[in-house]
Amino acid sequence: MDFANYDPDGANRGREIISAKIVIAGGFGVGKTTLVGAISEIQPLTTEALMTAAGVGIDDPSKVPGKETTTVAMDFGRITMAEDLILYLFGTPGQTRFWFMWDEIIRGAVGAAVLVDTRRITDAFAPLDYFENRKLPYVVALNRFDDAPHYELEEIREALAISPDVPLVMCDARRRESVKQVLVTVVEHAMLRLQAEHGYPASVG
Amino acid sequence: MEPRRDPRGALVRPYAVTRGRTEPLQNIALEAVLSSTPTQSAEARFAGHDKYRISSVCEGRAQSLAEIAAYTRMPLGVTRVLVADMVAEGLLTLHTAAPATGFAARMNLLGRVLSGLREL
Repeated sequence: MDFANYDPDGANRGREIISAKIVIAGGFGVGKTTLVGAISEIQPLTTEALMTAAGVGIDDPSKVPGKETTTVAMDFGRITMAEDLILYLFGTPGQTRFWFMWDEIIRGAVGAAVLVDTRRITDAFAPLDYFENRKLPYVVALNRFDDAPHYELEEIREALAISPDVPLVMCDARRRESVKQVLVTVVEHAMLRLQAEHGYPASVG
Repeated sequence: MEPRRDPRGALVRPYAVTRGRTEPLQNIALEAVLSSTPTQSAEARFAGHDKYRISSVCEGRAQSLAEIAAYTRMPLGVTRVLVADMVAEGLLTLHTAAPATGFAARMNLLGRVLSGLREL
């Protein structure tokens, strides 16, 4: 569509704003929205995508009489980095049956962090499976809950069968510095992956 | 900004505001940013209630498609149809989402995001 660049009064010319996004994935209640809220400049917002029951695919519309649509909530935050650069953080819907939406959320993303709760480690299997089968660079972040049993990172890597080239970090989703470190790891990993794909030696400036 | 409730509440079926259209003129990414100049928002006053609300959200501060949907409390799909119409009508300016291809462009973007994060 040529209309995309239609700019009747030209006031925006030369002020092109680039936006990027990082995806925060993980099981239901693992702390995705907490993580986004710890670093976002706005209170995390929710947008609701409206699905027709038929569009959900795994739902049988006949079993939900009178309900033709369902809404899928997705939380997100924003970090304005410069006048012309905005980073968005998108949390995936928690319930695995809404995964058809993830494809839209991850399209064009810088990378993803899969949050893991060590008290419910099996909840991470499904999101990890999803990213293993996508091209998107991702890291795994263990969200440290106060009452969670302590594991060594390598124990977790083994338990979740995380490949050696996927970064694995500890984090506290409530703490801004910790969240920042997770995001830095995502971007660094994405840069290394991109360089490797183009035959450059692995190094990040 | 305080999200405003649509006074019509849930009485209107979601795609009624698009007159039943569910396919946008172009597929706008969730994170793609839109802005509105004073001239554009003055014109949007005559574009109907929903489009004017969208225009108001983008005035003075560029907002992503996802933010527009959240602030106007409209479902994402409905918002995307209206926003794509407004871009075609010249009522909103669509900015580019992150370049998906091209090694140099992509590396440059990642580098900027990385230093942006480190400076937080």
